[in-house]
Amino acid sequence: MNSIILQGATRLLVALILLFSVYMLLRGHNQPGGGFIAGLIAAAAFILYALAWGMAAARASLRVAPARLAAAGALLAAAAGSLAALAGLPPFTGLWLFIGGSETAKGIPISNVLLFDTGIYLAVVGSVLTLFFVLEED
Amino acid sequence: MVGRKHTVAMAPGRRSEIALTLVVLAVPLCLSLWLLSMVGTVREHGSLEFALPWVPSLGVSLDFLVDGLSLLFALLISGIGVFVTLYAGSYLAGHALLRRFYLSLLLFMLGMLGLVLAGNLITLFVFWEVTTIASYLLIGFDHSSETARRAALQALLVTALGGLCLLAGLVLLGMVVGSYDLSTVLGQGEIVRSHGLYGPILILVLLGTFAKSAQVPLHFWLPNAMAAPTPVSAYLHSATMVKAGIYLIARLHPVLGYTDLWMWTLTLVGAGTAVIAAVLALRQTDLKLALAYTTVVALGTLTMFLGSEASVAIAAAMTFILVHSFYKAALFMVVGIIDHQAGTRELGSLGGLAARLPVTFIAALAAGLSMAGFPPFLGFIGKELKYEGALAIASEPLLVAGAAVFANALMVAVAATVVLKPFWGRLPAGLRSTREATPGLLAGPLLLAGLGLTFGLAPGLVAESLVQPAVTAVLGRPETVKLKLWHGINLPFFLSVVTLLLGTTIFLGQRRLRSVFDRLARLLPVSADHSWDRALALFRHLATVQTRFLQHGILRHYLAVVFASVAIVLLWVLAEGGVLSMGLSWPELTVKEWAALVLVLTGALFATTSRAPLAAICSLGALGVGIALIYLFFGAPDVAITQLLVETLFLVLVAMTLHRLPVLSGAHIAGFRPWDALLALLVGSAVSLTMLAVLEQPFTSPTRSFFEQAAVAQAYGRNIVNVILVDFRALDTFGEVLVVLVAAVGAASLLGQRLRGGKAAGGKRQP
Repeated sequence: MNSIILQGATRLLVALILLFSVYMLLRGHNQPGGGFIAGLIAAAAFILYALAWGMAAARASLRVAPARLAAAGALLAAAAGSLAALAGLPPFTGLWLFIGGSETAKGIPISNVLLFDTGIYLAVVGSVLTLFFVLEED
Repeated sequence: MVGRKHTVAMAPGRRSEIALTLVVLAVPLCLSLWLLSMVGTVREHGSLEFALPWVPSLGVSLDFLVDGLSLLFALLISGIGVFVTLYAGSYLAGHALLRRFYLSLLLFMLGMLGLVLAGNLITLFVFWEVTTIASYLLIGFDHSSETARRAALQALLVTALGGLCLLAGLVLLGMVVGSYDLSTVLGQGEIVRSHGLYGPILILVLLGTFAKSAQVPLHFWLPNAMAAPTPVSAYLHSATMVKAGIYLIARLHPVLGYTDLWMWTLTLVGAGTAVIAAVLALRQTDLKLALAYTTVVALGTLTMFLGSEASVAIAAAMTFILVHSFYKAALFMVVGIIDHQAGTRELGSLGGLAARLPVTFIAALAAGLSMAGFPPFLGFIGKELKYEGALAIASEPLLVAGAAVFANALMVAVAATVVLKPFWGRLPAGLRSTREATPGLLAGPLLLAGLGLTFGLAPGLVAESLVQPAVTAVLGRPETVKLKLWHGINLPFFLSVVTLLLGTTIFLGQRRLRSVFDRLARLLPVSADHSWDRALALFRHLATVQTRFLQHGILRHYLAVVFASVAIVLLWVLAEGGVLSMGLSWPELTVKEWAALVLVLTGALFATTSRAPLAAICSLGALGVGIALIYLFFGAPDVAITQLLVETLFLVLVAMTLHRLPVLSGAHIAGFRPWDALLALLVGSAVSLTMLAVLEQPFTSPTRSFFEQAAVAQAYGRNIVNVILVDFRALDTFGEVLVVLVAAVGAASLLGQRLRGGKAAGGKRQP
């Protein structure tokens, strides 16, 4: 599609949408959002880019093959789950660490749950884009 | 095709081949010695048991039961296995697929051993099927030959069909007894026999064993299985595969035996098999086929004797199992040597080989004399015992003895044919250059025939140690068995003389008899083998017809069937449950909720009436947005967001797909389609009614309050939906993501292939 307006707007929008998807990923534990939703948003960003600039440009901007991204995501999620198993707990148990936490302050929460959600995010982006890129290939 | 062409080129070095044979040989050798070491214990204590839990929740365990019966069979399997491996090492020397052969052979051997040593009905069945599959691989070993492939498939199908019957029978038996443990089952004969399911159990189990042990009319697969290499025939058709059915009949004798049904079925089927197969054996001009049919004769005789409860009849059967294994394996190997050295096993083109193959001739003679039942071979003792047993069978001594005499007379004739015809007479010119076989080939038949002679001269070696415990196990009561070479002049001896005379007469008048039989055979309308082919063809035809009916390849019809089934099942369940008559009240909705509803309805209406595909998809998108709004209004923001995103992506993807699809002809798309409308209404109302019925039920699940409390306390998150997804049910989420991944990669590769294929047809193909 050769629309200058769309192409121009997309440059700005795609960056914003991708940023928004990361925001949705990070806030997901306490507010609406999460890895799955964020993954869909990110995929939508790339699809928008592909519609405006063409498939090849979208592929190039992704830099890695989407199937690899998806596989990496699944591996990341599995690794996050295995961390608990390594600690002697049932796999996929949430492990939490509150950096700088004390009796009164909560500190910065770090957990394998975020790692897991990131894996889901990548797997969803990769899967959707794998399918999409094949459909539009010609 | 591959095997034969590259036999020489690809053959591994002879030295490594010998090493391989020695390694394989060690397996049955060690097993034999281990089993031999148990003989004394079993004779004193009756049985040994080993147990290993396997599927404890189903009461299935890897139990092994070693008693007289299983020990006799296990020793034969491992012992003859030693000779067969030795023989195969020379017979198949230089064969490109020797490793594969040994692998199948060992698998088969272990399957057989597991089968006879199993202490649990389910374990027994599993090993039973292992032998079926391994025998398929062995019979079809020469896979480039179509005959071999057909024979292998036939053996597989016949025995597996019997195996299914057997499974049903064993499960019923286990249900009646309340346990699958063999020693428990064996002690419950009274209960099983008086139970209403006794008849079905007996018939099903016997069908399985008859198929495996090649009883008429299921005998036809066995002669066809001669397409296998000779070591396989020597192993499968002397001591192992076909004896599995006999073993099971003997094994279940204490449980299922002692009734008229048992006695008559086994006696009649066994006697019929023995007589019919004896006639068929005489008709053969191929040495190996003649031996194959005598195997069927032997199996029929064994079945016939196992129908009895007289201890001498059972002793006769157990002794005959030993006798038959020794001479039949030896004779198969002899025929293999003739085939290997002279290049043919057709009676017509063989003769005078005694001078060329002197050692082979000695082995053939010793085994043949045992088969024909001459003293002082073990075969003589076996035959005398058979007649004694036949006369001891109270119900039908004449029938059994008559069948036994007839079958034995024909055995004499066949033994004479196999031993004398190829070795005596004039040596055909083509066979002048025949040379004696290597020691590796000769060791097996010589040793086996020698065993037949040794045990004949000293029957005490096997009587008390092997036969007596086996008879005890079959009858389930202590028995004493004495084997003697000379019984004095009595009725069995008289029958023996009659047998020899009759056998000699048949041998001499063989050519005339064969033509009579051939003429008789031509009068028969069908042979079992042809009926099998016809049944198989019918089955294939049926499969084609029903596949064409069900798998027509029209996507729209598939969808219609799926939707109609869903609607009908749902409506049927709702009507059955009586929940269709619920009271409905008009909902009180706010304006924005009404707006969402209108959006949904309008979207649906436009989607169904629109003529342009793209417009229809956009209408569907509007419908989806409406539903997302409803989610949002009723407090499920996560679901609403997901719905909105999925709807967006779906729209793009479907638009892309439609773009690729061929343009459908207008007649299917445009216009009013009453059937589709009816179907849509049906599905829609069924799903709606189901939802309403579900909502009718009071919602008292404790999970909601659990998650409300646990989300922050245990998982430090306030978004309950996401906490469930990534923490409490993380494994489920992981599985779902994998499904998404696999679906995407699968769809992409299918679509991509199609696209690439299209390009390739255009002349260019990208790497």
